[in-house]
Amino acid sequence: MAESKPRVKAPKTAKPGEVVTIKTLISHEMESGQRKDSKTGELIPRKIINRFEATFEGQEILTVDIDPAVSANPYFEFSAKVERSGTFKFKWVDDDGSVYETENAITVG
Amino acid sequence: MRLSRREALILAAGGALMGFLPRGASAATVDEAMAAFAEGAALGEGGVEISAPEIAENGNSVPVEVFAPGAVAIAVFADGNPSPGVAKFHFGPLAGESRASTRIRLAKTQNVVALAKMADGAVVAARREVKVTIGGCGG
Repeated sequence: MAESKPRVKAPKTAKPGEVVTIKTLISHEMESGQRKDSKTGELIPRKIINRFEATFEGQEILTVDIDPAVSANPYFEFSAKVERSGTFKFKWVDDDGSVYETENAITVG
Repeated sequence: MRLSRREALILAAGGALMGFLPRGASAATVDEAMAAFAEGAALGEGGVEISAPEIAENGNSVPVEVFAPGAVAIAVFADGNPSPGVAKFHFGPLAGESRASTRIRLAKTQNVVALAKMADGAVVAARREVKVTIGGCGG
């Protein structure tokens, strides 16, 4: 499996109180647990990203509980209200316990 | 492990059933899943929007957007998938508005349902049928 690489598109600057759009994507096969191996006929075990969290300076923006019906390379677009400069943190949790994280700074003023 | 021909046939038949049963059964479980999210609240209408294409050529990746002003959470369900849950969005204090977009898998033509939970516990629903040309439930 390719390493899960998160990508985030968020503005680097904003005005105080502005609502900004954030787009996130992580490469992940999101194996649903429904598919069968074409050779053996056995179910391929589920392995998905089951949770996504977006925070700004420790405060919650969005949390997503994810089921296997979310497509491979899960994509989320949402908005955040920013009042001051700081750092967005993004976290993805894998079924296998792995946690993938990334962060983006924004200057407000 | 060596399989006899009979055992192999039984396994194959079981596999075929596994493929069909969950889809037939999900009509019941989508109601259960929705009721679990609603926590006893009666489903209202209005105040939640769901956007999705009328026809999706590829069920493996169908763009969906949900929007419900003032909602603290929005859950998305697909009533024709082997498992009805898709995603639950929880909006925190810094969410700009209660809106989110993602891409989902749809096994066949079906309704995509959004339930939005408001701060006072009220729950509203919106549904949209998506026609799927090639299902996103390969295997």
